[in-house]
Amino acid sequence: MAAAAAGPGPGDSPEGPDAEAPERRRKAHGMLKLYYGLSEGEAAGRAPGSDPLDPTDLNGAHFDPEVYLDKLRRECPLAQLMDSETDMVRQIRALDSDMQTLVYENYNKFISATDTIRKMKNDFRKMEDEMDRLAANMAVITDFSARISATLQDRHERITKLAGVHALLRKLQFLFELPSRLTKCVELGAYGQAVRYQGRAQAVLQQYQHLPSFRAIQDDCQVITAHLAQQLRQRFREGGSGAPEQAECVELLLALGEPAEELCEEFLAHARGRLEAELRSLEAELGPSPPAPDVLEFTDRGGSGFVGGLCQVAAAYQELFAAQGPAGAEKLAAFARELGGCYFALVERRLAQEQGGSDNSLLVRALDRFHRRLRAPGALLAVAGLADAATEIVERVARERLGHHLQGLRAAFLGCLTDVRQALAAPRLAGKEGPGLAELLANVASSILSHIKASLAAVHLFTAKEVSFSNKPYFRGEFCSQGVREGLIVGFIRSLCQTAQSFCDSPGEKGGATPPALLLLLSRLCLDYETATISYILTLTDEQFLVQDQSPVTPVSTLCAEARETARRLLTHYVKVQGLVISQMLRKSVETRDWLSTLEPRNVRAVMKRVVEDTTAIDVQVGLLYEEGVRKAQSSDSSKRTFSVYSSSRQQGRYAPSYTPSAPMDTNLLSNIQKLFSERIDVFSPVEFNKVSVLTGIIKISLKTLLECVRLRTFGRFGLQQVQVDCHFLQLYLWRFVADEELVHLLLDEVVASAALRCPDPVPMEPSVVEVICERG
Amino acid sequence: MTRQDNTGSEPTGAAAARKRPVSARAARRGTCSRGAGGAPALGPAEARGGGSMEDDAPVIYGLEFQARALTPQTAETDAIRFLVGTQSLKYDNQIHIIDFDDENNIINKNVLLHQVGEIWHISASPADKGVLATCYSKITDSRVLTCAAVWRMPEESEPGSHESPDEASSTAHALELLCDLDGAGAHGSVACVVWEPTGDGKRVVSLADNHLLLWDLQESSSRALLAGSAALEGKGQLRFTSGRWSPHHNCTQVATANDTAVRGWDTRSMSQIYCMENAHGQLVRDLDFNPNKQYYLASCGDDCKVKFWDTRNVTQPVAALEEHSHWVWNVRYNHSHDQLVLTGSSDSRVILSNMVSISSEPFGHLVDDEDLSDQEERRPEDKSQEPPQDGVIATYEEHEDSVYAVDWSSADPWLFASLSYDGRLVINRVPRALKYHILL
Repeated sequence: MAAAAAGPGPGDSPEGPDAEAPERRRKAHGMLKLYYGLSEGEAAGRAPGSDPLDPTDLNGAHFDPEVYLDKLRRECPLAQLMDSETDMVRQIRALDSDMQTLVYENYNKFISATDTIRKMKNDFRKMEDEMDRLAANMAVITDFSARISATLQDRHERITKLAGVHALLRKLQFLFELPSRLTKCVELGAYGQAVRYQGRAQAVLQQYQHLPSFRAIQDDCQVITAHLAQQLRQRFREGGSGAPEQAECVELLLALGEPAEELCEEFLAHARGRLEAELRSLEAELGPSPPAPDVLEFTDRGGSGFVGGLCQVAAAYQELFAAQGPAGAEKLAAFARELGGCYFALVERRLAQEQGGSDNSLLVRALDRFHRRLRAPGALLAVAGLADAATEIVERVARERLGHHLQGLRAAFLGCLTDVRQALAAPRLAGKEGPGLAELLANVASSILSHIKASLAAVHLFTAKEVSFSNKPYFRGEFCSQGVREGLIVGFIRSLCQTAQSFCDSPGEKGGATPPALLLLLSRLCLDYETATISYILTLTDEQFLVQDQSPVTPVSTLCAEARETARRLLTHYVKVQGLVISQMLRKSVETRDWLSTLEPRNVRAVMKRVVEDTTAIDVQVGLLYEEGVRKAQSSDSSKRTFSVYSSSRQQGRYAPSYTPSAPMDTNLLSNIQKLFSERIDVFSPVEFNKVSVLTGIIKISLKTLLECVRLRTFGRFGLQQVQVDCHFLQLYLWRFVADEELVHLLLDEVVASAALRCPDPVPMEPSVVEVICERG
Repeated sequence: MTRQDNTGSEPTGAAAARKRPVSARAARRGTCSRGAGGAPALGPAEARGGGSMEDDAPVIYGLEFQARALTPQTAETDAIRFLVGTQSLKYDNQIHIIDFDDENNIINKNVLLHQVGEIWHISASPADKGVLATCYSKITDSRVLTCAAVWRMPEESEPGSHESPDEASSTAHALELLCDLDGAGAHGSVACVVWEPTGDGKRVVSLADNHLLLWDLQESSSRALLAGSAALEGKGQLRFTSGRWSPHHNCTQVATANDTAVRGWDTRSMSQIYCMENAHGQLVRDLDFNPNKQYYLASCGDDCKVKFWDTRNVTQPVAALEEHSHWVWNVRYNHSHDQLVLTGSSDSRVILSNMVSISSEPFGHLVDDEDLSDQEERRPEDKSQEPPQDGVIATYEEHEDSVYAVDWSSADPWLFASLSYDGRLVINRVPRALKYHILL
């Protein structure tokens, strides 16, 4: 069907080879495509999905005309065949014309390229000729140049020689003019210039001194120089001028070759004079009578006057006498050490005056200035150890400050105590019974705490970042841990405990010295310290003073234990004192009464009411500061209980006339058995931190006293009955205060039993009567 | 060496006075080695105890009445004997003579009737075994008066007559009155009677209210002559509570207690020589002189404390103990080893303390030349021993009621008795370990 396809074409391709023709055309087509940068696939514009191997695809690479025609003939009706034939012919024509156009275009381009190449060939040939000519010219120039230099050589040498002679002549002229110049300089006072001239000429003159003319110049110069040196020295000695001018003088003198040793001595002597004057003026400020300027001003003045002067001297010295070597440096160090020592002594005297003062910030600032100032000479003169000495002074002052603050805290604590004493004494007059005890406690605690905080804040200034000495090892370590934490805070807490404890063993022991309420308050204070305050304060301290020091510090637990022990002792002492007060009342009441001839009891004795009142007051007082505490379970009829000893059955056993040798044990048997089953009562036993325990202690002491006093007396019948009444009354009111009411019963039973024993005629009162009297009374 | 020898050669000079207590102590040591403590007795004691250091159990004796008064029979240096006086308002009071048989741990008793009244204080003559003094109260016209009298025990009650203890108590003998000390009660109630400690038993001091009375007993104690008196002046009702006669300085000093003060008196001039105001915080209950160390005095009182004084420094006690939990009623130095101090208290406890640091033997035995020459047989002291520390040696809790009296035996320095108000007498010994520690 290739014939059918090609047949209707423009007829430019023969029929014969039309079997290969499509193949070749395709190849050419492919090459063109390659030329235009199109890939074969894309150029074909194949629909995606169509098989590239499909032999029926007109644009495909594997197009087989036979198969295609075959397919067309088989599949298409005639009309369609006709259509496709015309279509194909049209396409072939279009392709042919396209190809022709392309060929023409490319041919034109090739022609123009060939023209260009030909023109270039011509141009190059011309250029080559010109280059050859240039080379020839250059060779001529080189030749000329060489000839000129050869000609000029001789002259050049002569000029150089002449220039040398000229310079020499100028130098000679300078030498000859030197004496007059020097004189002029000296006259004008331009010593520096003179010395420079002299320095310049010296070597030459020295070298050529064998020539008479030079010798003369040298002699002249020497005379003038000596004169100059003398003048300089004169000026130097006069000393009126400032340190820099002096330094200049010395520098010139040195340049003149004066002996350095001597100069350095003189220099230092002069500097000493100046600095000592500074020190004197400082000392004058210290003066004993007029209030010295504040410490900051003082250190400022010292810093700018003395330390500044010292710096200048040291700097000038090191500059001038650097050649002196270690011996010179040592001399300067000794000088600085000596004067520094004087200065430090003055500063310390001034600081000592400040010791009592309260303004820490000013002091710290002053110390800071002082320390900062001394760093400059310290750096210049490391050997003199000025900086170290200054640090030492600062440390010493800091330590003293700590001690001062500790004293302050102690004084504040004592002041608080005095206030409390006064407050305790005052309300009595107003008739109020210590209502503010808890308030007083809070006041004391907060006042102490605020004092501690204030002290901490004041001391904290020493370690502030901007202070120059705060990074010294002492202030980073020991000051924080040993000084502040141990010395100040722990020291204060310890001293607080000690002060508090000292109330326990006051020599008077009568209880008159210390008001019991104060003991109670202190005890509670110590207990509060144990539970919270100590750890709070220490945490606060540790936070403020980040302790980097590893040295051992007192642990919180130790302090707490101390505080607790103090609290316990104080409370025990309180119990003793209050017990003693009530005991004394009871004892007096028993000792002073004539029990044998007393009348039949009608009333409870007033002293018993007083005892109950006082106990109630104590109960209230303790209740203000301490918690209630635990009681043993109470029997239901506590207040209604009558004395078991006096229930009739017991009485028989205990007091029945039983004196026969055969039954001597009966009298004591029952009471002994009773004691076997009751626990031994420790009268002055340590108390716990609660109200009930405190009250129990006081009541125990009082009742035991009553017992012992009763045993020392002899009672009549009515005396015994009075004791019975009194004891019942106490029983009615005291049980509610104690932890274990059985204790009160036991002691009161014991009292009544003892009274019965001490009575030759023991006729007890009817329990009902006792009750009536007590209820009435 | 006996006590009579001592008194017979009693020196009078002040320098010699220093010597006397030492030799007295030596005499007691001699006795004690015969009794229980010394080296010869060690063998049997150990054999009996099976070689162990366990202490003997206390021996308890019960009286049928309340009792406060206890004394060792001072003149008796062979047998362990205590005298106890009872307190009863309704029945006849008694004096129990308690003999303790150390070998068999048995108590033998004799009872003497003391019909005049209840006994508050009792003291035995240091020279005559049969003589004792009591302070007793009697009720006349609904008034209680405490009197003092010197008595002689009937012959059969004296040592060697206790073969039939059972009958002895039933057939109680009465005391024979030698003399009254101020029988009319002109000076007030008598608190206590103290004998001159090392004399011939002829001088006693009685403390009546605020009077200090010195008596000379004449005609074998049948007549008491008031040899001197001193009165305590001051505001309020002053009353002596207790007194002791110093064995030092030729027995010329007596110490008394009233309220919180301790006073010293010179029996020659009957004038006060020192005074410790506020010696205790509260009432002072008892005193005792260190038998071996001049100037040293122990006191105890209602502040639960026992204080040790150097009478040359009245402002500050040398030492103080606070072991008791109630009033301390009695304090007694051991006669031979004065580091041993016995206290009795109304907390029903008896405490034996070691006050070695202020004793006459602060470093164990004091081997001075005199002692060595006197007592050749004494063992040389082991100097390498650690000096014992001050403190409580033992607390004795056998009593159920307040202990009002404690005292050492005059015969055995390692044995003591304590008496509580309920009539219980307890005889105890110093712990054996400590005893050997002191002896060896």
